[in-house]
Amino acid sequence: MDTSGKIFSEKVRRSSVERLRYLNHKRVLVYGLVGAGICTLLALALTYRYPIAAVARPEQASFSSEAVEKGAALARIGDCSTCHTADGGGPFAGGRPLATPFGTLFSTNITSHEGTGIGSWSPAAFRRAMRSGVSRDGKHLYPALPYEHFIYATDADLDALYAFFMTRRAIATTQPVNRLYPPLGFRPLLAGWKMLFLHGGIWQPRTDRSVEWNRGAYLVEGFAHCGACHTPRSIAGAEMAAHAYAGGWAEGWYAPPINGQNPAARDWTIDSLYTYLRTGIDMNHGAAAGPMAPVTYNLAHAPASDVHAIAVYVASLMGKTQNTEVGMAPLTQHPDAAAQDHPIGAALFAGACSGCHGPGAPMMTQGRPLLSLGSAVQEAEPRDVVQIILHGLKSPTGGSGPYMPAFADSFTDSQIAEIAGYLRSRYTDHPAWPKLNEALAQAREEGGQP
Amino acid sequence: MTITLHVNGRDHTLEADPSTPLLYVLRDDLELNGAKYGCGLGQCGACTVQVDGRAVFSCLTPIAALEGRQIRTVEGLGTVDQPSRLQAAFLTEQAAQCGYCIAGMIMRAQALLDEKQHPTEAEIRSHMDANLCRCGTHMRILRAIRRAAGLPSTEGF
Repeated sequence: MDTSGKIFSEKVRRSSVERLRYLNHKRVLVYGLVGAGICTLLALALTYRYPIAAVARPEQASFSSEAVEKGAALARIGDCSTCHTADGGGPFAGGRPLATPFGTLFSTNITSHEGTGIGSWSPAAFRRAMRSGVSRDGKHLYPALPYEHFIYATDADLDALYAFFMTRRAIATTQPVNRLYPPLGFRPLLAGWKMLFLHGGIWQPRTDRSVEWNRGAYLVEGFAHCGACHTPRSIAGAEMAAHAYAGGWAEGWYAPPINGQNPAARDWTIDSLYTYLRTGIDMNHGAAAGPMAPVTYNLAHAPASDVHAIAVYVASLMGKTQNTEVGMAPLTQHPDAAAQDHPIGAALFAGACSGCHGPGAPMMTQGRPLLSLGSAVQEAEPRDVVQIILHGLKSPTGGSGPYMPAFADSFTDSQIAEIAGYLRSRYTDHPAWPKLNEALAQAREEGGQP
Repeated sequence: MTITLHVNGRDHTLEADPSTPLLYVLRDDLELNGAKYGCGLGQCGACTVQVDGRAVFSCLTPIAALEGRQIRTVEGLGTVDQPSRLQAAFLTEQAAQCGYCIAGMIMRAQALLDEKQHPTEAEIRSHMDANLCRCGTHMRILRAIRRAAGLPSTEGF
């Protein structure tokens, strides 16, 4: 029987079917690719932002001294100098590394230098950068610039801030290259981020609240960008609005909740918030540390009325609508139980810490806050206690008084964990911190003072 | 508690309360009087010694933290006849006035030089920030450190 012809024709039939399928696949593939290409182009087109023409740097005399002064105050409230000044660098000349979960960014030069700063930016370009996160040349800016908050700033305020920066000394710098995990160096992706997370518009005052509360709300939600640290962020790095002010992370430090969940041993009041924000320390709540220290340094130089308005608004976030007396309930102390649970911690505390923090120590007789009053020991996270032991504390407002020395080189990680465990047990009623060793390892890795 | 401390390459076993600051043990038990008691609060640096190569305040370092760690004091650097390079630089620059802070200054500076042979001026200044001299010979002290680090002396700085 000759089957070869049949097999052959079968082959031809099959192959032609396959060929058709192949052609179909090819067509689908080609159409798909063309479609995807069009989509990509469309998407890229959507990410496009036009450049705004460069201008000659405005004459300093073209700005009124009132505008410059107002801008200076807003720059203090916005804590601009902290991120935009590098260690040993000129003021506002940028170049400071900012560690983020997505890699390291370097802040930009915002002095009036025309080539490397923002000297050739028009007021419109400056407003767009602040509110939409777009550079004068059309490049998307990373949300390390908290435009999620600056979006609420008024034109008049942004123009005042512009006047302030345009009258700062021009400093030429070389911008370091960001070190981000790929593909995040591709800035058009930020347009997508903004579409998802950048909302808000003109700030609407609430008629049922005082003028001062509204001023505080405008500043806290806007220029002061408190939520940038005190609100937890999603894995995309956006603030989680549903958990506003419920505590977040900032440069290796834990920014405690400043809403109803605030863990202070004695409730904050408007007066105590004002004192803390203005001086970096409050006798019933402890001292500002980590990234909060420069914030208080700047607020010490901001208008008193604005800082008070901020205190009024933050107090309201914590559920306090009016100023009250600080409750003077006796403070928790469990020295015996703590020494039993942490004998090594107790011995290390006695030798290293009690000279300042123990009963009768000179610092305590000068009326400094007891350790139980410090928010750090009360927080759900041990990170701040660990950071303070590792790196010490300096006066945030630049005073020359006593400071807390760093113990990073004196103690091993397990010894610091013992001390932290002892503090938690002695000075609070809260359960022991789990994962103290992990907190230490991370704190050592991320470093201390910003 | 009974504890063995490794000081300047030698073991010393002694009996003391675990919270005893290292400074007291160095001076009272081991008769190493280089490190001085200044403030007892970690504010002045007169008590500075090295633990595992890093500068620490011995007045705030309880011995309970030191089992198995290497302690070095100014006595471990050199002798009167054979001063170390850094000690010789302090002598040449006449960096001591009353001398109370000098042992601490030398031990802090040595920790930097051990880590980095030729530090920058900024690194020296930021590293030495923790130690104070009440006579005000900071400029001479900085010159001595620069000399030991092989940096230009920058007279009058």
